[in-house]
Amino acid sequence: MPSPVIDAEAFAALRDTTGSEFVRELVDTFLTEAPSMLEDLRVSLADGDAERFRRAAHSLKSNGNTFGALALGTLARDLELAGVSDVKSRGTQALAPIEAEYLRVAAALAVLRDE
Amino acid sequence: MSDLGAGAARVLVADDNKVNRLLLTRNLELMGHEVHSAENGRVALDLLRKQRFDVVLLDMEMPEVDGFAVLAEMKEDLALRDVPVIVTSSLEGIDHVVRCIELGAEDYLHKPVNPVLLKARIGASLEKKRLRDQQKELLRRFATPEVAKDLEQSGFALGGRRLRATVMFCDIRDFTPLAEAQPPEETIELLNNYYALMFDAINGCGGIVTLMIGDGLMAVFGAPITLPDHEQRAVRAAQEMVELVGLFNRERAAAGKRPIQVGIGMASGEMIAGYAGTKARATYTCIGDTVNLAARIEAHTKIAGRAILIDRATHEALHAGIATESLGAVAFKGFSEAAEVFAVGDRD
Repeated sequence: MPSPVIDAEAFAALRDTTGSEFVRELVDTFLTEAPSMLEDLRVSLADGDAERFRRAAHSLKSNGNTFGALALGTLARDLELAGVSDVKSRGTQALAPIEAEYLRVAAALAVLRDE
Repeated sequence: MSDLGAGAARVLVADDNKVNRLLLTRNLELMGHEVHSAENGRVALDLLRKQRFDVVLLDMEMPEVDGFAVLAEMKEDLALRDVPVIVTSSLEGIDHVVRCIELGAEDYLHKPVNPVLLKARIGASLEKKRLRDQQKELLRRFATPEVAKDLEQSGFALGGRRLRATVMFCDIRDFTPLAEAQPPEETIELLNNYYALMFDAINGCGGIVTLMIGDGLMAVFGAPITLPDHEQRAVRAAQEMVELVGLFNRERAAAGKRPIQVGIGMASGEMIAGYAGTKARATYTCIGDTVNLAARIEAHTKIAGRAILIDRATHEALHAGIATESLGAVAFKGFSEAAEVFAVGDRD
């Protein structure tokens, strides 16, 4: 059984503790910020900038987990732990899985925010 | 915290990630705290130096100045070292947690931060800070700013050390009949005025009051901070105390009240000084023959009819210019040999 893009329980807990209106604001913030984190991943991977790469992966992991985007969190964690040179050795499509997962997350959050 | 509700605190959230910053701020505000945020370590340090915070939530992973650097700088800064820091991070590996704790972090919360855990950790940190602030306040009340600072830096270790210092005992002569002849409120007011004046003179000369009982007090000069001229300072403090009591008596006379007289006895030499008590309640104290001798000499002021008496060791260390007079050897209870006692005159 494929795991859901957003863990319903985690997202509900977030909404219960902070309020619907706030969660909408938080989702919008994430959807605004996340593309630049992915951009950071791409640029730092091309440049071999280990620190920037690790920090971008770290942020995506942290934010993914906040919204219950567990698969995104896991992919980001893998990049963070692997490091830029190891990820580079995976070839030109090394970031494809996380980019695809982010698109799924963004689509799911856009729906969830208005529920 | 006076302008906030009970249990509410001023919290600084330092995190470069906007989602994290917003979420932590929201959770803290829902708990009733006043929250300020910083997007990197440099901004956090600037805010910490400008405003007072009760607790800091610190992310480790930040551009420019990271959390480790913030912890290190806070530890070096006397004004910031006691502000509790809770690290909020999703850094991988236990060694990061250990490093944070070693750098002085109070606690560690893994991100995403669970609001219930956050509430508990904030509560614990604030309680610890409250106790530390209380301890500092007590210290400020009983010690000079220099001594308080020294103790804050060196910490509160129970246990003593051997050192050379001058001990002073002082009390109000015939205090009991005086207290019995007036309403209790007046006695307390008298004691408060008396203590305020004595503290001024003692602290002003570098001494600290270590004990107050009724109308009596004990002070030490030369501990915990070494003072090369502790004998001189103690005698100068005693002279000032007598002068201040003289001025105080003029006010009392104008109000139709009886004058008071003080007796001050001092002795210098080796003693053991340090914190004695329990971890929960300790007091700075001095013990040893020198202390006992000072107490005996103070009691002797009544018999000798002099305001200030000192032992030979104190006398020998005094600069010329302080008028003293030998009263000969006195046999004190508890001492096998008679001790020579000197009366100190008024200042010129």
